[in-house]
This record gives sequence, structure tokens and C-alpha cells, in this order.
Amino acid sequence: MSLLTPDPGLLFWMLVSFGIVFFVLAKYGFHIIVKMVDERKAYIDRSLESARQANERLKGIKEEGERILSEARDEQVRILKEANEIRTNIINKAKDQAHVETGKIMEEARVNIQKEKETAMREIHNQIAVLSIGIAEKILRKNLENKPAQVELVDKLIEEAQLN
Amino acid sequence: MKLNKFNKTKILVIAGLTRNPLPIVKHLLTMFMGWRVKPAMTVWSIILFFSLGTFPAHSEEQATDLNVRELILDHVGDGYGWHITTFGHTPISIPLPIIVKGRESGWQVFSSAKFHHGHESYKGFSIAKGGDYKGKIVETLASGEEVRPWDFSLTKNAFALVLSSIVLIILILFCANWYKKRQGKPEEASPGGFIAFVEMVIMSVVDGVIKPCIGKNYKRYTPYLLTVFFFIIFNNLLGLIPIFPGGANVTGNIAVTCILALFTFVIVNIYGTKEYWKEIFWPDVPTWLKIPLPIMPAIELVGVFTKPFALMIRLFANILAGHAIVLGLTCMIFLTVSLGAAMNTGMSVLSIVMTIFIDCVELLVAYIQAYVFTMLSAVFIGLSQVEPHHVKN
Repeated sequence: MSLLTPDPGLLFWMLVSFGIVFFVLAKYGFHIIVKMVDERKAYIDRSLESARQANERLKGIKEEGERILSEARDEQVRILKEANEIRTNIINKAKDQAHVETGKIMEEARVNIQKEKETAMREIHNQIAVLSIGIAEKILRKNLENKPAQVELVDKLIEEAQLN
Repeated sequence: MKLNKFNKTKILVIAGLTRNPLPIVKHLLTMFMGWRVKPAMTVWSIILFFSLGTFPAHSEEQATDLNVRELILDHVGDGYGWHITTFGHTPISIPLPIIVKGRESGWQVFSSAKFHHGHESYKGFSIAKGGDYKGKIVETLASGEEVRPWDFSLTKNAFALVLSSIVLIILILFCANWYKKRQGKPEEASPGGFIAFVEMVIMSVVDGVIKPCIGKNYKRYTPYLLTVFFFIIFNNLLGLIPIFPGGANVTGNIAVTCILALFTFVIVNIYGTKEYWKEIFWPDVPTWLKIPLPIMPAIELVGVFTKPFALMIRLFANILAGHAIVLGLTCMIFLTVSLGAAMNTGMSVLSIVMTIFIDCVELLVAYIQAYVFTMLSAVFIGLSQVEPHHVKN
């Protein structure tokens, strides 16, 4: 058999076999395999995309959490500052009030003391007066035991009275 | 014209440089050396040539009946029975069905065993021992004239072809079935083992060859090109197995490659765009190249036929050459028997080492040739999908 001339019988069998192989494999074989591989590829791409999105969302959530946390921290600082201010205020006010109150009490005390002093002085005056009168009485009594002295006194008193 | 030139360069570059620089070398060798086109092959064909030339002379003297040329041609060629071995003087072979339509006896179907290895005739049919139809079935007419009947026999190659086609269909449908079961559930469709391997090969051809060579309309041609690839590589690999059911030189037979090239030819030209035909019959070249002598159209038209022709010859020659080399190297053992024990042992070792080496090369060639055939088919299909040029200078 010559190698270079195609044999008609073999041509026929090749045409038939390859035709059938082509038909069957194209229709039921490769078509399905390639389609499924493409589908799988699309599915993997989709999965990767959704994973990426989920990651992004997670990142967003994390950022949001951090934002809230820092906000809370700021709020905390603010509140603490405010509380501090309020405390200082209250203390200052209390101090002022205490000053006023003390002043008032001191004043009252002073007034009272003054009053008491005056009363005491008056009593002392009275006592002194009483005492002086007593003393004077005693002195007088002693001095007036003799008549000349009595006359002299009367004269003196009259003189004084006249002078007045 | 510019684009045309570019396209042609593209083919050469793709054919020549992407992973396989062999085709260009082969084209050159084809021009000078007929069909013996493998670079490595040339060296071996020279060795083979000398061995064919010198050793039979020795063996005739030594009364050896080994005719290497006959043996190789017999093995790489076709046959009506599947000859396995000859045990003593009894040939052992698998008989195959003979289907013929004789001029006088009409349709006949019988076993090739009826010929008794070509020694006897049956119902007027016999295997020609010489002449134009040597080795083929001839019908001896009543007038004594020998004519060739319509011969649709399942020869060795045809039988191997049918067998491998069936196995290939089963293999691919087995894989496809696996995917079919998981249709609509892409999350489960990731196979392992054999199916994953087949998928890897399929996708490497789709992504590495078909998509870049054809362009945007590639999906339509994917099933054809994949069929071609798997058909060729499967038959190539089966051909490398020396025992039944392998060993038949299917893809190294010109009838087989002829049909493959014909399919590509038909697909290229049937689905060719209007612009493709315009570029053939009215290419964008100076008018004097088209009228009065249609030089360019003639060249383009010849190109339409030479492209599939080159496909046919390339595959056929490569695979045939591979088989011939392996057989030739194996024959070295038997040819050197007459040279004495020492020489024979040395040559046997050499022969085995070289055969193993060439078989490994052939494994590579089996893949490369399937790859090249698929790629060039894809390139030709891509070239027939010409879009109208928008920019004309």
C-alpha cells in the first residue's frame, strides 16, 4: 500500500468515525464541560466579589465602631470637665456663702457684745453710783458727826447751788 | 494588504515561535527532502538509509530473511488483519471483517482469516502480491483481469480508529456526565483525579490556544477544536503502545489526516466572513496585481488550499516518521545478529537506549502535533473571521 495515497475505504471509515466523535463530543461532551467550567469560574468570581464586599462592610463597621468609641471618649472628657467645673462652682459658691454667713454672725455677735457691754457698763455705772452713794453716805455720816462740819457743808452746798 | 501581510507573518510567527520552532524547520526540510521532515529524523533516516542499504546485503549472504524496509512499511501501513506476531512459521493475527463490493460478486462481507494471511483467495477476492494494488484486495474477473473493488473493509487502521473513537467518546462523556450531574450547582463542580486532569487539558487548550487564536467568536469553534485535539492526541498516544489495541499508525495515515484537514478546511471556509472572501478575490493591493492578470487572487486562492494541505502533511509525516524510527531502531538488534555476539550485544543496548529516548521524544511529539494541528486550525479559523478595515490609508 502506498503511504502517500489515501485509501478510499479508510477515508470512509475516518469520515464516519470522526464525524460521529465530533457530533457526540461537541453536543454532549465538551460543550457541557466548558459551560460548567465557565459557570464555576463565574461563581468563584462572584464569591470573591461578595467576600470583598463583606470585607469592605466589615471595615466600615470597624471604622464606625472606632468612631463611636472616640466620640464616647470625647463625651466622657467633656462630661468630666463639666463636672469639674460644676464642683468648683459649688465650692466657690459655698465658700462665698460661708463668708457672708460668717460676716453676718460676726456682726450679730459684735452687736450683741456691744449690747452686753453697754448693759454691763450701765450696771457697772449703777453699781458704782450705788457704791459711791454708799461711800459718800458713809463719808458724810462720818464727816457730819460734828456740827461745824455740818454747817460748813450746808454752806458749801448752798454756795454751790447758788453758784449753779 | 498591510493587514494581510501582517496576518501571514502572524501565522508564521505563531506556527514557528510559540513553544514549537519545529514547523518552520520542517517546512524547509519538506521542500528539500520530501515527506521525511523531522529534524531529529533526518539524522536517523540517514542512519536507517545506510542500514537498509548495507545490512540486507550481509543478511542475504547469511541467509537471514529479515527485510527491514518491508517490515517497517508493513508496520506503518495498513493491513487486512491485525498481525500481532509470528510464532515460528505461524503468523498470529486478529482477523478483521472484509467489506467489499465486487464488480461481479456484489457486496461481500467475510473475515480476513479466509485469506490465510494473503496466501489464498476467497470468492474471487485476493490480496495482490504485486503490481499497482500491492497489498490491497483485488477481484479477479472471469476474464482473468485483476480490478480493485469498492473496499470498505475494517482494516487494521480503520479498526483501531473505530476502537479509539469509542474509547474517546466514553472517556469524554464520562467526564461530561460528572459535570452534568452538578449542573446548576457550580459550588460543587470542582472535580479531582482523572476528570480534573481532563479539565486541565481542556482548559489549557481553550485558554491557551483557541481564545487567543480566534478572538471574540471563539466559543462557536471550541467543541470542534477540542474534538480535534483530543482525537489526535489520543490516537497519537495509542499508536505509541506497541501491543494491541495500540500500535496502529492511525494519525500517521494520510487518509486520517486528510479527513481532519478537510474538516478544518470546510469549517474555515463555511464560516468565513464576507471580508475574508473579499480579501481572497479582491485584496487590498495595487490594481495591476489584480487586472488583467489576477496574480494576487490566484496566490490567495492557492493559499486557501495549501493551508489544510500543510496540516494534513505535517501530522501524517511526523507520526509516520516517529513509528518508522522506533521500528528501525528495534530492527538494529536483529540486523546485527550476523556481526557476532559482541557487536550484537553492543548494538542491542544502543538500540534499546535509543528506542527509549525516541519513544520519550514521541510522547512529546504526540502532544506537540495535536497542539500544532489545533492551534493552526484555530489560526486559520481566526483569519477567516476578518472584520472590515475601518482605517484605510
